[in-house]
This record gives sequence, structure tokens and C-alpha cells, in this order.
Amino acid sequence: MGRNLLIRLGSTIVTLFGVAFIVFILVRVVPGNPIAMMLPPGATDADITLLTAHYGLDKPIMTQFWIWLGRALQGDFGTSISLRQDVIGLILGRLPATLELATLALLIAVALGGTLAITAARFRGTAAETGIDLANGASLAMPDFLWGLTLILLFGVAFPIFAISGRVSPTLDLPFVSGFYLIESILRLRFDIFLDLMRHMLMPALALALPLAAVIAQLLKTSLKEAMQQDYVMLARTKGFSETRVLLSEALRNAVIPTLTLAGVQFTFLIGGTVIVERLFSYEGLGNMAIDAVINRDLPLIQGIVLVFALLFVLINLLVDLSYALLNPRLRHG
Amino acid sequence: MTTSRRDILKLGAFGGAAFMAGIPGVTVSAQGSELTIAYNVNLPSWDPTVGPSAVNPTIQAIYQSVFDMYIAQNPDLSFAPGLVTKWGWNDDKTQIMMEVRDGVTWHDGSPFTAEDVAWSLERAGKPETGNPIQFVWSKVGNFKVDGNKITADVKEFEPVLFKWMSFLTGYVMPKAYYEKVGAEGFEKAPIGTGPYMMEKFERNAFVRLKVNPNYWGGKPAFETVIIKFVPDSSSRVAEIESGSSQVTLEIPYDEFDRLKAKDGLAGITTPISDIGMIFLNDIDVMLDKNVRLAAHHAIDKKLIIDRLLNGYGIAIDTLETPQYAAFDASIKVGYDPEKAKQLLAASGYSTDKPAKFTIQTTKGFKPKDYEMIQAIVGMWRKVGIEAEIEIYEIAKHYELRAADKLAPAAFYNWGNAIGDPTTSTGFAMFGPSPHSVWDSKDLVDMIIPLWGEKDETKRIDGWKAVDKYIAEQGYVIPLLQYVQPIIHAKSIKVTPHVSGALLPALMSPA
Repeated sequence: MGRNLLIRLGSTIVTLFGVAFIVFILVRVVPGNPIAMMLPPGATDADITLLTAHYGLDKPIMTQFWIWLGRALQGDFGTSISLRQDVIGLILGRLPATLELATLALLIAVALGGTLAITAARFRGTAAETGIDLANGASLAMPDFLWGLTLILLFGVAFPIFAISGRVSPTLDLPFVSGFYLIESILRLRFDIFLDLMRHMLMPALALALPLAAVIAQLLKTSLKEAMQQDYVMLARTKGFSETRVLLSEALRNAVIPTLTLAGVQFTFLIGGTVIVERLFSYEGLGNMAIDAVINRDLPLIQGIVLVFALLFVLINLLVDLSYALLNPRLRHG
Repeated sequence: MTTSRRDILKLGAFGGAAFMAGIPGVTVSAQGSELTIAYNVNLPSWDPTVGPSAVNPTIQAIYQSVFDMYIAQNPDLSFAPGLVTKWGWNDDKTQIMMEVRDGVTWHDGSPFTAEDVAWSLERAGKPETGNPIQFVWSKVGNFKVDGNKITADVKEFEPVLFKWMSFLTGYVMPKAYYEKVGAEGFEKAPIGTGPYMMEKFERNAFVRLKVNPNYWGGKPAFETVIIKFVPDSSSRVAEIESGSSQVTLEIPYDEFDRLKAKDGLAGITTPISDIGMIFLNDIDVMLDKNVRLAAHHAIDKKLIIDRLLNGYGIAIDTLETPQYAAFDASIKVGYDPEKAKQLLAASGYSTDKPAKFTIQTTKGFKPKDYEMIQAIVGMWRKVGIEAEIEIYEIAKHYELRAADKLAPAAFYNWGNAIGDPTTSTGFAMFGPSPHSVWDSKDLVDMIIPLWGEKDETKRIDGWKAVDKYIAEQGYVIPLLQYVQPIIHAKSIKVTPHVSGALLPALMSPA
């Protein structure tokens, strides 16, 4: 197991290097020159040369990459061109908001998908299962941003229960020291702020969660139905256990492992999905900042954000693999 | 103790009810002293004099709420005393003279002085500061302060210098405070002399402004102004429709028409200082004057405005709008498809043998930009021009324009909040400028003397002559002046600004 872990860590470093290299090259060869976007009306050719040199963009791309890498290894990811602030500080300032949103979305997806799957498996072959299958299909057919728009129209405009934009009400003064507002509001017992945060976060979280909930529901239902055909379930039935008890205490325990693995893997995609959803809800996370960075061709910031997303992908996949090994005795002892 | 399913359901229902009851301020209404605006851009930086955001026209309204410009600008683009109350040149225009306002204080309570103005101008002129308009500010130097009077030497005569004092980066910064806190400290806690003070700022989310009770221009109507950054237009529509915000701008014209008809909402449309135009590059078929003029005559601008922009736009034939200093209503090109056909025929082109070129456009960057170009290409086809549309991002446009590599035709929009011809026709059409792609010597020779013309009447007349010449030669195709849609609650009175800046200080309870 320890050797496997070392191999995984090694491959993580190689993956991150690869991502850093590809992104570095890509953002420099795609159309759009940040210097051209910054030019004042009366700029001369000398001004353009000066500005290009100032941002180090006058050197060959590979030279630029090695300089960037050397600094990045020392924790210096450069300065944002558009925001004129330290890239790593900007990213760390926004990352908690995105992590909280993605985690909330995952929890909703697991709870909703799990409930639907168990209900469908319990009432298999009935109209309830058909209804749930239809709902799952509809949920999967719509991408997260379309869910976002629908939710805004429904719960933001028609029945204005939730806030349409932002992470927290501008009128509130937050006594927090970290960017994890949701967690800190609970720890500090500030339920007024917690409720306000939820009022802002539930719609974007739901928009992200609904497609994932459908995937979880489908997979778990199939696993549950298969499990319900197994011998140990038959044995439980012969013992006189109720169908619900058989489902929850016997079948679910075995059926849940592939679902949890899938949820972990999907979490990475869910973080990717925050980019559009955060924009739609004007949520102050990393995704929203990524769009601005791309619009402004802010190369150091794009580079930093993509690398952080890649790091999250790799780490989450690693954790999923490890937890899968822990959950599955055959793998643990293999 | 065991928990039954019924208990869980009860608990869930109770929790849900408690959550709903506990929701603070489900909808926000215009509560007397508080105003919420859904704004269409994020604020990247608080220093209005450096970096790319300093030259972003859309952000200026936020800057102008916290900072004052050297010289103020009225909603109709005319100039008015600001922190600088008097300004001018000496007789031979080798010196500038300014007088600054007495009795003004910075947001931290410290007194505003002439030293602040001199320091701000000096700082703006230094290349190392990173002011994008440094090329203008560096034309004066050697500042001398005497009480509330300032003089400075003119290094190079810049006729538009004082107009720039109401334009991009023309903000007065607090000398003592900035030197004390530095750039990073200023970014965290900016202060100005403007009508509002920055109270709370969440990047990509909102800024909360508190009224400056001592504002020299009179205390604004609203005690608190919240500007939410909502870049997505459908979300801005939802913000105003749900009552979460009381004012918003830059929404699709169809939505504008729908919303302004709703109870409790009203709409304002103002022609602003932004125009839509087609750059022509002096390459390929565009070297043929007949093709250029035919391309212009073939476009029915009014039809495009009526059909695609719901009538919200004003057709223009030069790069000057009626609010600009060098606007000349007598310069007309006109829609004349028959004339277009004749011109093309003279160069050997017809519908059977069309003149061919590429036209580049953005899609969704400005209202109906791509659709407008589609319509124009259709109009061109009828007279004997076959244009292929190439879609690009705005960043690509800047890159190509700076490198003088735009296609023969390229759609773009141009803003000019001070209405001077140098900042419209000048920078857009002067070959050596990185913002121009038409490089013919005739035009360069015509424009060069105007940069330093000291007689203002002669200068403006000179630019009118340039505009007339450009129209005759067909060096550019001006299309329309944009109209800015603003939707607001009827409980709010909004005064629009022709620059396009949506200023909270110009709003009050109705």
C-alpha cells in the first residue's frame, strides 16, 4: 500500500508538471495578446516593446516557462496583470468559496440521489420508479447552467425566496478570519449569517447538484437492484426482515461502494462546473475569477487557477482511490 | 430513546419552516436611504490611475463615486469646476495654471490641498507608475504650488490636456495617505474626495459605499449604495425583476422593452458616447475607393437599428456623435444601393462578379453585433460584394489591430467620453497609432498638424475637415451611436450620463 501511495504521489507530480507545461504553452498561443488589450490610445511602438518586456513576454516561450517554473517552485506564481496582485494570494482568497459551494453541491447530490435511488429500488416496478427515472432523465438532460437559469426564474423571480447573486448579503459585516464562511458561521454560532449564506448558496449548489444527483440515483438504484438479488439478501428476507430493512441494512451497505467512488470522481467535474455557475450567480469564487482572467488574457492568473484546479483533480482522485481501498477489503488486503 | 420516521419528518418540516422564517430580507426594496445597483462589470482594482482597469470605460462610474476627477463633467459631457475650479494656459501656451477648491476633505478627514493635485499629475506622468495615459500627463512638469494655485511648464503642447482631466485616469489621489499606506494598503482601503466612501468590498461580488456627508458637491441622496457585480445580463434582469436591485443597465433591448412595461419599473434610454463602426484596412480590395464607398452606401443603417436594436440607436456617418465637439451634421454618406452598384461597376464588380473580402466581428460583445454584420453582408450581397464573416474574440481584435493585421473589414465599438475629435477620429484613424489600421499618407499628413494646433477653433475645424475627407474617401464605415438602456424602480429617479457612466450620486428617491 505504501509503495502504491509513493507511485501515486510521483505520478501526481508528473501530471501537475504536464498540466503546467501544456497550459503555459496554450494560453500563449491562443488568440489574444494581453499587451494589446492594455494599450492606451496614444501608445507608440516603443510603449508596446516596453510593456511586453515589463511582463516578460518578449522572451521565447520556453524561456518564459522555465522562469515561471523556477519561481513557482518557490511559491511565487507571479502577479496578476489585470488585478495587479499576487496570484497565489488571489487564488487562496477565492478557493474557500468554491470549495464550500462544491462541497454543498456534492452533499445535496448525494442526499437527493441517494434518496431517489432507495425510493426507486424500494418501489421497483411501480409508477414511483418510472417517475423517478423520468425525473433523472430530465435532470441529466439539462446542463448545470440551464438549471441555474431555471432556478433563478423560479426561486429568484417568480417566488423570490433565494438571493440571485453573490455569496452573502452586502449589508452584513462578517467577523470571519478565514474564507470558509459557512464553516466559520457554524463554529461561531452565527446562525443569522449561516442562513444568509445558505440563501445565497442553495440555488447555485442545487444547479450543480441536480445533474450529479441523477447520475448517483441511476447508479445506486442499479447497484441496489442487483444487490437485492443476492443470496445474503434472500437470507435476510427468510429471516422475516421487512423489505425496507433488507434494503437499508443489507443491500445498501454493498451497493454504496461504487456510488461513493463515482461521487468522488464526479466531485472533480463538479468543481469544474462551478466556473459557469459561479458566473451566472455572481458568486465570488475561483470560477468567476477564472472567467475574468480569460477575458482579460491575464496569463499569470489563468496559469495559477488552472494549476489549482488540476491539483484539486489529482488530489481528489487520489483520495477516492485511497478511500476505495479502505472501503473494499479485497483491495485493502490485495 | 428511538426516533421514528414521523419524528424525522416533523423535524424536517420544523427545520424548513425555521429556515424560511429566518431568511433575512427575501426581497430588497428601495428602503429610503439604501440603493442597490446591479452593475455589469467587476471592479478589478481600486487605483483608478494605473493598470488595465484604469482605461476600462465601464468601471469609471464606480471610480467616480469614490474619487473626484481634476475637472468635473456634466451629464451632457460639458465640463464644470471639480477639485480644480479654474484652469487654462498662459498666452504663449508654455505654462498651465490651475486653482483648486478650498474646504474639501479626504474621506479620512484630512484636508485636500493643491499639493495633492500637483503630486497626482506628477505621479501620472512618470513611466514607472504604470499610468496608461502617461503619454498625455508627461507633457507637463515642474509643478509649483502657491496656496491653492498651481503652475506647471508645458513640455509639449497637448490641446486636449484639460479635457483629459475629466477622462481616463484623470483622478486626484491623496498624496499623504498614499505615501503612508503604499499601493497595497490603498488597494485594501482606498480613500478619495468623492460623493461616496468605500465601506466594504468583496471582489467579484459587491462594493458597499457609504455617503460622504461632507461632499463639496452636496450630500448625495442615498446614505448607502450597494453595487453588485452581475456580469451576466440574464441575472441582471432577474435582479431587477425580483426587486433585489433597484437599478440596472446594459440588458438586451427586448428585455428592456418588456421590463419597462412592468408595474413598479421604468426605463430610460440615452444616446451615449459609444459608437459601432467598421474598421477598413488598407489592403486587398479596400485599396479601391469605389469598393470602400460602395460598401458604405449599401448599408441601410436605420433598418438595422429598427429591426435589430428595436429602434435604440442613432445612425452616424462620421466617427463623431452629435454630442462631440467636432460633430458636423452636414457630412452625409447616405444609404444608396444604386450608387453602390454604379461604383462597383466602375471597378468591374457586379452581383455576378462580386468584390470579395473578409469581415471580422465579435459575437455577443456588443448588442446584436454578429446579427448586424450578418445583415450588412446581406445588404452587400445585393450590390455586388461578397463578404465572408469571421468571428473573433475581442482580445483577438486588440491583438490584430495593434499589429495592423485586421481583415479588410472589422467591426468594433469606440468610446469617447470627452467628445474630443482626437479621442475618436484621431486615435482611430491616425496611421501610426496602434489603434488605427488605415495608414494612408494623405490622412496622416492631414492629421499631424492638428495634434499640436493651439487655436481651438482652427483645431476643431481641422478635425471636421478630416472627418469630411474620410467620409469622401470611405476610409471607415461609421454605423451607429449606441443607446444605453437603464431599468430602474419607479421609486428611484435616475439621471443618465452621456458618457455611459451610471452614477449613484445622480440618483435620488423619486
